[in-house]
Amino acid sequence: MAPSLPRVGARLTLAKSSLEQVFANLRAAGFTLIGPRLRDAALVLEEVTGLNDLPRGWRDQQAPGQYRVVPGQDSFYFDHLVGPHSWKQFLHPARLKLFGAAKNNGTWSFQSATAPPPRYAFIGVRACDLAAIARQDRVFLAGEFRDPHYAARRESLFLLAVNCGRAAPTCFCRSLQTGPRVTGGFDLALTELADVFVLEVGSEAGAEMLRETAWQPATALHASRAEEAVRQTESQIERELRTDDLPKLLYDNLEHPRWDEVARRCLACGNCTLVCPTCFCTTVEDASNLAGTRVERTRLWDSCFTLDFSHVHGGNSRPTLRARYRQWLTHKLASWKDQFGALGCVGCGRCITWCPVGIELTEEVKAIREKAA
Amino acid sequence: MGASTRPKLAVFKFSSCDGCQLALLSLEDELLELAGAVEIAYFLEARSQTLPPPYDVALVEGSITTAEDSKRIQEIRQQAKLLVTIGACATAGGIQALRNWKDVDEFTRAVYATPAYIETLKQSTPISAHVPVDFELNGCPVNKAQLLEVLTALLLGRAPHLPAHSVCVECKRRGTVCVAVAQGIACLGPLTHAGCGAICPAFNRGCFGCFGPMESPNADALLAHLEESGHAAAELVRLTRGFTGFAEAFRTASEKWEKRP
Repeated sequence: MAPSLPRVGARLTLAKSSLEQVFANLRAAGFTLIGPRLRDAALVLEEVTGLNDLPRGWRDQQAPGQYRVVPGQDSFYFDHLVGPHSWKQFLHPARLKLFGAAKNNGTWSFQSATAPPPRYAFIGVRACDLAAIARQDRVFLAGEFRDPHYAARRESLFLLAVNCGRAAPTCFCRSLQTGPRVTGGFDLALTELADVFVLEVGSEAGAEMLRETAWQPATALHASRAEEAVRQTESQIERELRTDDLPKLLYDNLEHPRWDEVARRCLACGNCTLVCPTCFCTTVEDASNLAGTRVERTRLWDSCFTLDFSHVHGGNSRPTLRARYRQWLTHKLASWKDQFGALGCVGCGRCITWCPVGIELTEEVKAIREKAA
Repeated sequence: MGASTRPKLAVFKFSSCDGCQLALLSLEDELLELAGAVEIAYFLEARSQTLPPPYDVALVEGSITTAEDSKRIQEIRQQAKLLVTIGACATAGGIQALRNWKDVDEFTRAVYATPAYIETLKQSTPISAHVPVDFELNGCPVNKAQLLEVLTALLLGRAPHLPAHSVCVECKRRGTVCVAVAQGIACLGPLTHAGCGAICPAFNRGCFGCFGPMESPNADALLAHLEESGHAAAELVRLTRGFTGFAEAFRTASEKWEKRP
């Protein structure tokens, strides 16, 4: 056993079984662990308690509109890639009760409904998803309006990141410089080799969680094998999104015929926005009892593909599918940059995989560019 | 509040299974409060005592399938300030609207020993095909929370909050993995009106559209994709011709795919 805790920035090796001790340390520190699990024919993000909960030996196959879980490499815990869930469902919950109010003797009293959130430790965050969290940080934490619910979850977050050991045909992180290599913003980052984890310590908190594990300084061989694994992943990425002409390309082509074409295929179901790890829009719902003496307000994920989203006094500002798809894509790949200083896309490919009809954001942009105004 | 000042609620039944009325009765936690807030003036499934019209709110379950029904709904419309249809039968014609694509006389001859006793219309039609409807509540059966929301909103004089977006939004909010993408199941969720809470996909089944079409259904796009993915045209006809198959978007789709070679 190593005599002390590693310093921040150190590269180590850790026996795969020792990850159990890291989990135990996290739990002892009060964290609720969220990680990948096999459920309902997919690798979802849910609470995990131990190493046995992880989907060892399983991987995903992804294509536009298609996802399948298939056997992967036996000894690998992180052979899969991003799935149907993203971490935003924990940092920015899909349904959050904001407050309640009750009327007694003619007087209203308000009660905050938000219980203190759990302290989350995310296990297995990919580079694209780390970037997505950073984008949502800009939305929720920077600027004048800070979201207290997001902030409370984000501030106590522990991030165990994972370098991707393979890429899906839907991945295009390379185009957005968000992956596949994890470069920062984590507490611990691991690269999985067949026999061992190669770890990088990103913070004091990360080092602390290696207490009582048999970590060893990484040998040059291990370090280079880890490097090579990520390099290979990078070379597997075929999908591209050219970003050098964004946002101008989209602003210049608001009347492009491609918008009509995609509107014929788009279902306006909202799936792309809801699986997107950066999309952040919400609505609020007020509910009351029959007498109108008890009310409560709930915040819910919303989507710019619903008609209610763009319903304003006097009518709907985006009544057509064309208008709604264009709004989504131009926000994601153009006006997001004006608004938050970065594109709203991190290249995770979820919107492509989870679109029920397999519409590919990357292909839509390409088609617009091919016959650009 | 005295009995005379409470709004009078009436519940009527046409061709239906009574399941939507049961949704009202299964509001166990709220039923007493509801019975205190409204005068239950006519609700044969729950109470033999009836009060004469007019009624403030009429909840109407079931579709119109007989000549007698088509007269009775006119009377009910005249007796009710607000008429709210509840469920797939009343809003879309129900599963019994499958007859609309067939010869109903052939059915009666096959099923009944004395078909001459059967008087029925050739089509099962929604209430809105006969009288103006103030509000339609979808589902087979209706979601009891939505039913309560409509009654609460009517009592308080506000608009009911019943989103018309896709079922997909509900799946995603509850974290359900998409059965269409992950399992290749033909699912009507992207075309279907929310409100059930996305029950079927949560049990690894495709949505069968019992809440009827959503606000902007693009049936052509979904069905073309399903066909490309290996689902036969006949399967797509069955899929869209279900509990709300006579609703326009589903009807158009099933008729289109039925004609496919």
